[in-house]
Amino acid sequence: MTLTTSFERPLVVTKRMVDYPNDSHTLERYRATGGYEGARKALGMTRDELVELVKESGLLGRGGAAFSAGMKWSLLAPARPAYLIVNGDESEPGTFKDRQLIERDPHQIIEGTIIAAWANEVNHAFIYIRGEYAKPARRLQAAIDEAYAAGILGDDVLGTGYRLDITVHLGAGAYICGEETALINSLEGRRGEPRLKPPYFPAAIGLYGQPTIVNNIETVSNLPHILVNGVDWYKGLGHPEDTGTFMISLSGHVNRPGNYELPHGITWRQLFEEVGGGIRNGNELKMWIPGGASAPWFTPEEHLDLEITKGAAAGAGSMLGSGAVIVMDETTCVVRAAERVVRFFAHESCGECTPCREGTSWLEMILRRIEAGQGRPIDADLLLDVSDNINIGLTFPPRQTTICPLGPSATSPIMSIMNYYKDEVLQHIELGRCPFS
Amino acid sequence: MSDWSEATLERARQIIARYPEKRSAVMPLLYLAMAEEGWLTDHAIEQVAELLDLTPAQVQSVASFYTMYKREPVGRYLISVCTSISCMLCGSDDVLHAIEDEADLPAGETDDDGLLTVEHVECLGACGGAPVVQVNYELIEGVTPEKARELVRWLRNATPAVVNTDEMQELFGGRRSFDWAIPTEDGAVGPYPAFQPYGTVGQDRRS
Ligand SMILES: Cc1cc2nc3c(=O)[nH]c(=O)nc-3n(C[C@H](O)[C@H](O)[C@H](O)COP(=O)(O)O)c2cc1C
Ligand code: SF4
Ligand code: FES
Repeated sequence: MTLTTSFERPLVVTKRMVDYPNDSHTLERYRATGGYEGARKALGMTRDELVELVKESGLLGRGGAAFSAGMKWSLLAPARPAYLIVNGDESEPGTFKDRQLIERDPHQIIEGTIIAAWANEVNHAFIYIRGEYAKPARRLQAAIDEAYAAGILGDDVLGTGYRLDITVHLGAGAYICGEETALINSLEGRRGEPRLKPPYFPAAIGLYGQPTIVNNIETVSNLPHILVNGVDWYKGLGHPEDTGTFMISLSGHVNRPGNYELPHGITWRQLFEEVGGGIRNGNELKMWIPGGASAPWFTPEEHLDLEITKGAAAGAGSMLGSGAVIVMDETTCVVRAAERVVRFFAHESCGECTPCREGTSWLEMILRRIEAGQGRPIDADLLLDVSDNINIGLTFPPRQTTICPLGPSATSPIMSIMNYYKDEVLQHIELGRCPFS
Repeated sequence: MSDWSEATLERARQIIARYPEKRSAVMPLLYLAMAEEGWLTDHAIEQVAELLDLTPAQVQSVASFYTMYKREPVGRYLISVCTSISCMLCGSDDVLHAIEDEADLPAGETDDDGLLTVEHVECLGACGGAPVVQVNYELIEGVTPEKARELVRWLRNATPAVVNTDEMQELFGGRRSFDWAIPTEDGAVGPYPAFQPYGTVGQDRRS
């Protein structure tokens, strides 16, 4: 979309689809716009050189944890075979950026996969796509088929003698399979339950017990551009501490929801006003979720002029997570909104850990009865008490009592509404009904 | 011995060959089984187990973990309505009620003709186009309650052999998460994802 903004908006991973909307998914267009040149360059480099280059670029993982991609690669254990998994499970409420990257520029993902695979001495990579993304998966598979036919994948990648196979694996409706160790179990044909840590990284022990790198779709989509244009160029985009661009999925009560590729370092105010086109119906902004359903919420009073960077979000007790920004205007009932987020985690809990399995359902039930006008005076404290059993001390990032961060994520909305809108919660209980209905 | 058709068994073998270890094929084979039998019957579970040298209990433990594997009969059209946070903020609860009302089915149920199943689901990854509905995992964005009713009537009356996302978006959709730009020719033929090698156009062999 053409947008006029007061800041520069360099496009990296969405450039081709903006310039060539009708055929950005084809190999022909991909090649005509410099495609596979990054992979060619990478295949002429050593593993060490590539790890160093990506470290130097400052590229952070775009799947939620924002861990240095190059650093992760450097942790790969020496045993072989090693595997690469590209994570396209994208199920965090509010997040829909990977879907666009898959549908509109699948060869960019394949090229990024080749680069990451070569750098990690991988001959078999998997791309895990959530089951509900049937159409994106078809697009990707069609591009993979094209790439095999053109000698870009298979026994002799780009004529270098390097062998790489890519298998697309479809999930089946479980958010938890986005968590990398659950994903590995799922890919092994087991229940998608997260594995106990340590080992902290699948780079030590992952798929089939072998060293495994898990990278997000958007993360690998950046790689060809870093290879072609260089580290200095990449670092020059965005913010000194947070390099490159990133995708924001904007949804909720804004006039122009959608995916936007943005430089790090603009403010939330700029995001809502210039990119989102303002709040719907000229309403007041009430709060927003800055980084997917797991993130603690922000309010206009405190956070509107913060820069959008990993550091600033962390400093304010939240995160940019998966890049999903969910906007709520003044007509939104916080209890209802929190109930919807908590319900998600209760539904998606894999059930391995008691605090998560039981706690998330309890939180959902308590919120539901408050919203229905049947809240009890102790319920506000009970919400915090149950949350404290999943996330000791109610901090962010959480001190979790569970195997994975899913359970503690359910406490983010609770902390948020109790910090900023406790009166509104209590009002529900005192009135015996939702003041918004 | 398996009583699936030779063509299906051949596809199963191709799927198994894509993985370094056989067991990894359990998820795609469960989809294949749904395409073959309509839903995951005990028989389907046993077939998958036999193909992978697993026990039926092992296969069942995987099948029961994931919401897209249906262990009960599902209608020819599975209507999934997202009611997660972004869709809720944009009115998804009204869309769900309209569909339940028009289909005369509460969420989670299948009608007596085996034509429609209605379910409410968590985020479908299309939140910019909220509220969002899928039919057999083919997407429609920007759905209103009125359009949702029309969708139900259309499925009932037109009974499309293939559900195509662009066609449905055109007829019943509105605002999108992003410009789809590239048209889709194919679509889904049953209540499982249309993805090679199971369940794309013309591969539904249910009677
Ligand atoms: C509950 C949970 C769900 C997750 N879901 C996803 C997901 O859908 N996609 C994704 O890329 N990463 C997801 N992650 C993060 C992955 O575990 C992993 O960190 C990421 O895929 C690594 O890629 P990156 O370093 O490129 O970000 C999830 C993590 C947790 C704890
Ligand atoms: S925290 Fe929840 S989702 Fe994560 S492993 Fe424990 S029970 Fe499963
Ligand atoms: S919240 Fe409905 S598609 Fe994401």
